[in-house]
Amino acid sequence: MEITQQDVEKVAQLARLAVSAAEKEIFAKQLTQILGHVDTLSRYDTTGIEPTATVMGHVNVFREDLVRPSLSSEQALANAPEREVDGFVVPKILEER
Amino acid sequence: MADERGASAAVFLAFLSGAAMGAVAALLLAPQAGSESRDRLRGYARRAEHDLRDLAGRAGEVFEDVVDQGKEFVETKQSVLREAFDAGREAMRRERGRTSDEGPDRTTFGLSANSQTCPVCLGLPGSLPVINRTAVEMAVRAGLALNCTIAANNRFARKNYFYPDLPKGYQISQYESPICEHGWIEVCDSSGGTTRIRIRRAHLEEDAGKNIHETGTSGSRVDLNRAGTPLLEIVTEPDMHSADEVVAYLKGLREILMYLDVCDGNMEEGSFRCEPNLSLRPSGQKEFGTKVELKNINSFKYVKDAVEYEIKRQTKVLTEGGKIRQETRLWNIERGETAVMRSKEEAHDYRYFPDPDLVPLKLDEEWIEGFRACQPELPAVRTRRFVSDYGLPDYDATILTASKGMADYFEACAERFPQPKVVSNWVMGELMRELNNSGTDIAVSPVTPERLVSLLQLVDRGVISLKVAREIFPELYSGGKVPEQIVDEKGLTQVSDEGALDQIITEVLNKNPAQVAQFKEGKQQVLGFLVGQVMKTSGGKANPGKVNELLRKKLG
Amino acid sequence: MSLHKLTLCELQKQFQAGEVTATEIVRAYFLRIGYVEPKVKAFVTHAKESAFMEAEVLDRKLKGWRKTKPLTGMPLAIKDNICTDGVSTTCSSRMLQSFVPPYDATVIAKLRAQEYILLGKTNLDEFAMGSSTENSAFGPSRNPWNLHCVPGGSSGGSAAAVAAEECVAALGSDTGGSIRQPAAFCGVVGLKPTYGRVSRYGLVAFASSLDQIGPIARNVSDAAFLLQAIAGHDPMDSTSVDRPVPDYMKALQKRDLKTVKVGVPVEFFAEGLDPDVEQSVRAAIGELKQLGAEIKEIRLPRTDAAVAVYYVIATAEASSNLARFDGVKFGFRAKETKDLLDLYMKTRQEGFGPEVKRRIMLGTYVLSAGYYDAYYGKAQAVRTLVCQDFDAAFKEVDLIVTPATPTPLIGRAFEEETILRAAHAYEQSTKWHLKKPTIR
Repeated sequence: MEITQQDVEKVAQLARLAVSAAEKEIFAKQLTQILGHVDTLSRYDTTGIEPTATVMGHVNVFREDLVRPSLSSEQALANAPEREVDGFVVPKILEER
Repeated sequence: MADERGASAAVFLAFLSGAAMGAVAALLLAPQAGSESRDRLRGYARRAEHDLRDLAGRAGEVFEDVVDQGKEFVETKQSVLREAFDAGREAMRRERGRTSDEGPDRTTFGLSANSQTCPVCLGLPGSLPVINRTAVEMAVRAGLALNCTIAANNRFARKNYFYPDLPKGYQISQYESPICEHGWIEVCDSSGGTTRIRIRRAHLEEDAGKNIHETGTSGSRVDLNRAGTPLLEIVTEPDMHSADEVVAYLKGLREILMYLDVCDGNMEEGSFRCEPNLSLRPSGQKEFGTKVELKNINSFKYVKDAVEYEIKRQTKVLTEGGKIRQETRLWNIERGETAVMRSKEEAHDYRYFPDPDLVPLKLDEEWIEGFRACQPELPAVRTRRFVSDYGLPDYDATILTASKGMADYFEACAERFPQPKVVSNWVMGELMRELNNSGTDIAVSPVTPERLVSLLQLVDRGVISLKVAREIFPELYSGGKVPEQIVDEKGLTQVSDEGALDQIITEVLNKNPAQVAQFKEGKQQVLGFLVGQVMKTSGGKANPGKVNELLRKKLG
Repeated sequence: MSLHKLTLCELQKQFQAGEVTATEIVRAYFLRIGYVEPKVKAFVTHAKESAFMEAEVLDRKLKGWRKTKPLTGMPLAIKDNICTDGVSTTCSSRMLQSFVPPYDATVIAKLRAQEYILLGKTNLDEFAMGSSTENSAFGPSRNPWNLHCVPGGSSGGSAAAVAAEECVAALGSDTGGSIRQPAAFCGVVGLKPTYGRVSRYGLVAFASSLDQIGPIARNVSDAAFLLQAIAGHDPMDSTSVDRPVPDYMKALQKRDLKTVKVGVPVEFFAEGLDPDVEQSVRAAIGELKQLGAEIKEIRLPRTDAAVAVYYVIATAEASSNLARFDGVKFGFRAKETKDLLDLYMKTRQEGFGPEVKRRIMLGTYVLSAGYYDAYYGKAQAVRTLVCQDFDAAFKEVDLIVTPATPTPLIGRAFEEETILRAAHAYEQSTKWHLKKPTIR
């Protein structure tokens, strides 16, 4: 499967990763190569095979509905690259999610 | 803002942090005959004031023009407008499931931003989610009450997208297998009958934080207090046809959820949210039109206003030959209109995949049936039972079961004082008046069922008159005293003692010889006058029944 | 004998006997670090001040009442993708250069409860993505045996620190060989425990369904000793398994391998295997046989799919796990951005290194609309097949020996004691573990 620079651009946009022209070229080549290897998976017949998403096979792990101590807002905000009083600050949001 | 996480402070292991549940309710308007639609538009117009009337009128005209021109989206002359209102949505609600509700930790809405967080809800590197058992139980109970099928095999998935209020860059949600599917609820329609709204699915997910946009600043602020709290999103089929039906559905849904005690139903605080999706289509067309999602609606009034506004707006666009864009619009309270949020150009690609941090959730039949067995009685069923078991009129039964608190109160009284209609009159009359005046929830009524019953018993035993009972009710409500004490202190005890009454009666008869003579001539009506005089003389305390009896004896 | 030369078990014995103080241990180690670290560059962060403080507190406390835990006073190094409350945790990424977690990973909480002493945080390939420790935003670490060679990775810093005797033992993390491979490169003992054996809470996630924290130590006993301290169920990690933890040290007491069946997968000894490697692995198998193990040929027909499966699953999970590094709540933020989208794009462009970006790109691609079934879905299904191979093999044998760097010895799920026992017996009958590098 050939990955084009347009594909790279689309994926980079999804991943919110700005890529330079040079990176586009490199990624296109590398992804093509890796996916070429990954294509060996198609050699295996997986009809009726359950996918393994979690490894150990146990189910129903819960926590009880108990209230625990909170971090202080100072701790919560301590690593923020930009903050204002009690909030994380981002450029004005104009877009819907 | 604070949320249930704050029901006490933060939640340490947060994914489904015990508190919140939301619900999406979807709705859609089915086709109607053209004339009806036109009427309906006019109906909206009347309700929504003058500016709409104008438009609705024009809508009809314009549409007829369009039909004449054979514009493709209108098939026949009959088809005026067919509102297809798509799938609306959403009623979110928070569960009240917090274990602790005392002490300084108790949740209060509006606590300072980012003061109720933990590494998990902040999405700190290395933190991991764990499913909150109570949230799953509440979802199952809600699903059962909504007549849903409960999925035996559940997996949580990651919905990947970037947004400042989403701390991990993905939301833990359910994608392929929602916990509840294929349900329905019945709600009252405008003609007084009931209509069935189908529930497409209800799935558990985590709530996001809040972006705070303040005018006049260059940035937005993010508050993650709410992030990670559990939420149930309930999506209906496109079964609703008017703003009124949407509101009726939401009220019915909210009532059920509150009955189940899984949600406090508070819309303003976001425990119960609604995001209606709405589309219009020409009559005769099977496919729904392009839908628009409405957000930022936090009261039933705004639901109605926003939906009606949006019908009006879309009607205008379509009649002018325009196209509806699939978009999200925000309800602007001040302006009373919806406005589009700038939408991203790229298509959404959420890259759902099973969350490897959470193991599957398997709900076995027995466990689900256990919940079914102990479901509380739902409002509709209870209303019917109030009619059949207590012999109450439909009207009384409907009002008394409108809230779980009131129905519980009524039953607590009726159990001790088996004259249901008398209890009903008092609860719906005196008690409701006082509760409404003081804005008090019936659950914390200062007049407990025990005290109301004491009062009713005093009347029943003839100790006080009904009139006195009504008069002292406000004091009973505000004073914190038991009825007997008030009656005693004020000396309001009804006089039934024959000796005491005899004295008064003799006095009255002596004072009114003319009336006595009339009675003896056969004018029975005079008796009423004489009873009144006795009552007056006794200061209202004489037992009227007894007075009547003694008078007849004396005159007779 | 300098304190830094002692193994964990030896040092522990001396300390518990009161022959040496915590402060002496810490002093000895920082002396050693001062001497070799400029050459090895195993650490990202030194916790010198706090280590001395902790040692002093311990010593004072023990003067009054000598009550110790198994790891009291033991100086350890921790891979810098494991969160340490109040000590920066960078993942060797520019993205987290200034990140100081407000909480401890569960393994750290366990070590703290046992009064260990943190010497520092060790270097890794950025976000544990790599196998050489060259992909670090803070420069590469070196192999103590030969400073011109890499120490392997991604836990290269931890492995190098143990080999260079800059700590008595260390924690690493392993997703696709990140403990086992650098341990092999540096001539130390590393173990990737069964997934679910050790809590991942507080380990900065690379690939959630594969990540696991494990010990890197100077010999098998030390590794067993450290594993004992960190293993066990954690309610904070849904994927951690609630099973009793066996006594690993006790398992080492059996010095022979009678009753142990060792499988040799034929597929691994196919053409293309380096003759030197084959010879030494065959010699090791011979040694195991000498010790009483029964050697059996087995088949793992679909293991060649494992690498492709790994590529897809690990990168897919990574692309999602690394989405939280967006310049909003913590870590790096690009300067001078024109709007929110620009802030995301530039922050992630400038904050991540090339290897991380490549994996995010691949992972995003395999999950994206239209490709999910062909790649991610397919990989999850083939993963089931690979598991079936191993399940079948482990019906016949207790251990599998391979000539592959990351996984020379593989055991059944939750039977780490069998691996440790065999490795210990092998170690005792050979002298490899007594060799020390000369750092120059």
